[in-house]
Amino acid sequence: MQVHQYRSNGLNIVLDVPSGSVHVMDDPAYEAIALLREGGDPEKIRRELSKRYGIDSDGCAGDQGAEDPVGEVLTEIAELREKGLLFTEEPYAPSIEEFSKRPTVVKALCLHVAHDCNLACRYCFAEEGEYHGRRAMMSYETGRKALDFLVANSGSRVNLEVDFFGGEPLMNWKVVKQLVAYGRSLEAESGKHFRFTLTTNGVLLNDEVMEFCNREMDNVVLSIDGRKEVHDRMRPFRSRKGDGGNPKDTDSNERDPKEAAAAGGASVGSYDAILPKFIKFAEQRRKLGLKYYVRGTYTHWNLDFAADVLHLADLGFDQISVEPVVAPAEADYAIRPEDLETLCEQYDLLAAEIIRREKEGKGFNFFHFMIDLSGGPCVYKRLSGCGSGTEYLAVTPWGDLYPCHQFVGIDAFLLGNVDDGVVRRDLVGDFKKVNVYSKEECSKCFARFYCSGGCAANSFHFTGNINSVYEIGCVLQRKRVECALMIKAALAASE
Amino acid sequence: MKHIKTLNTKNLRETVKKGGCGECQTSCQSACKTSCTVGNQSCESKR
Repeated sequence: MQVHQYRSNGLNIVLDVPSGSVHVMDDPAYEAIALLREGGDPEKIRRELSKRYGIDSDGCAGDQGAEDPVGEVLTEIAELREKGLLFTEEPYAPSIEEFSKRPTVVKALCLHVAHDCNLACRYCFAEEGEYHGRRAMMSYETGRKALDFLVANSGSRVNLEVDFFGGEPLMNWKVVKQLVAYGRSLEAESGKHFRFTLTTNGVLLNDEVMEFCNREMDNVVLSIDGRKEVHDRMRPFRSRKGDGGNPKDTDSNERDPKEAAAAGGASVGSYDAILPKFIKFAEQRRKLGLKYYVRGTYTHWNLDFAADVLHLADLGFDQISVEPVVAPAEADYAIRPEDLETLCEQYDLLAAEIIRREKEGKGFNFFHFMIDLSGGPCVYKRLSGCGSGTEYLAVTPWGDLYPCHQFVGIDAFLLGNVDDGVVRRDLVGDFKKVNVYSKEECSKCFARFYCSGGCAANSFHFTGNINSVYEIGCVLQRKRVECALMIKAALAASE
Repeated sequence: MKHIKTLNTKNLRETVKKGGCGECQTSCQSACKTSCTVGNQSCESKR
């Protein structure tokens, strides 16, 4: 039994964690919940609340007439309890234990078609695309084997997801197109449907790429951090010779040395080069009813990141995701524990502004505030995590398999390859066991049904163990869940 | 109700019976690559 209550933006919000029920309450009801959580019996609570609200112990509100708000509150709470919407038990542990023994299928691949990049983003976990390894491009042959592996290991799952990732995937554009064609050729016979996604920094984006993506890609993720100075600080061009042109299947267009010299040797940011293309691409996708996201990263250097989200919204983007950087604690741009208070205030500020804009008909979607109270994933999905290492794997340019893109290059997590399939079944077993009940911290956390225990890679990088938690990420996740619920409450109140 | 407004129409407990089909998207395929955001995904169950 767990109830989480908090005040936000003038609203009293109560979350019944096991059922996922969200209630907005007036002050007497909110205070009654607090007293019930402390274990008070209803009669004592009636007396306490009556005292606070100046009501006779027999329920009469003096000259306010015969109303009995305290009695009403207690009746409403009892009704919700009866309906299984408040103070509910959590019965899922045995089901999840059983669920974790299921034979899993692979349903999504992150294809690292290019371990190379034309930017030198300072926070890149792929280390400018190389992932602790060598620069390389995926061949069509390797990619084809990866898609065959996916079809063969996907069981009865119909929709298969393939993300073209890097490095920068447009540096291997010819192979991306070939693999999309190959995937489509498999669909009829296999009864599968491929959902392709392209994640790009935009440097090599052009009309031909956009037209192809609008035809074939279920989603595109466009990397931009927000304000020009913020973006350019962390996402400069590489300073090495390039060809300055079109998407290629081999080398890249990178910053010309003459240009670097003209800039006094300083790194040149990519904002101006990509922004017009992203605006055009997003506009096309919106008109066609296709999915896209502009996706950014915030760091210690832009703790006022709400301004970056709003900057993107002001540019006309209406599907926005901006996430905290994941970086070694010693990195100058890493989020520090002392940054958390400011960051939580920024989420509050952003949430209030989103409500304001929504009411004015100028709303936008912020990925980390999305929450579906009438649908959303089932409890199995919510408790068993993102699927890394089991349902979701990353493939390197030479065909090695890893649990996800964030584990690529770490030898201890090499699962197998596209020729032999997954050979480290023991590792898959370790990932299958990761769920919120296997983490002590999660079992007490109200947000466990929204983050599903957090990111295994973040946990590994910060604690050395995939079955632990990344505390900074947890604080921010809890804040985002609170804001998301508050936005729902505020918009419901104005309906 | 006069003092309490309940926002959602889906009770997680009900999903125990019919959930777990696995047709839903993996979270990192959408727009998060460095965190885990599962609560905002859609259920794609045909059951």
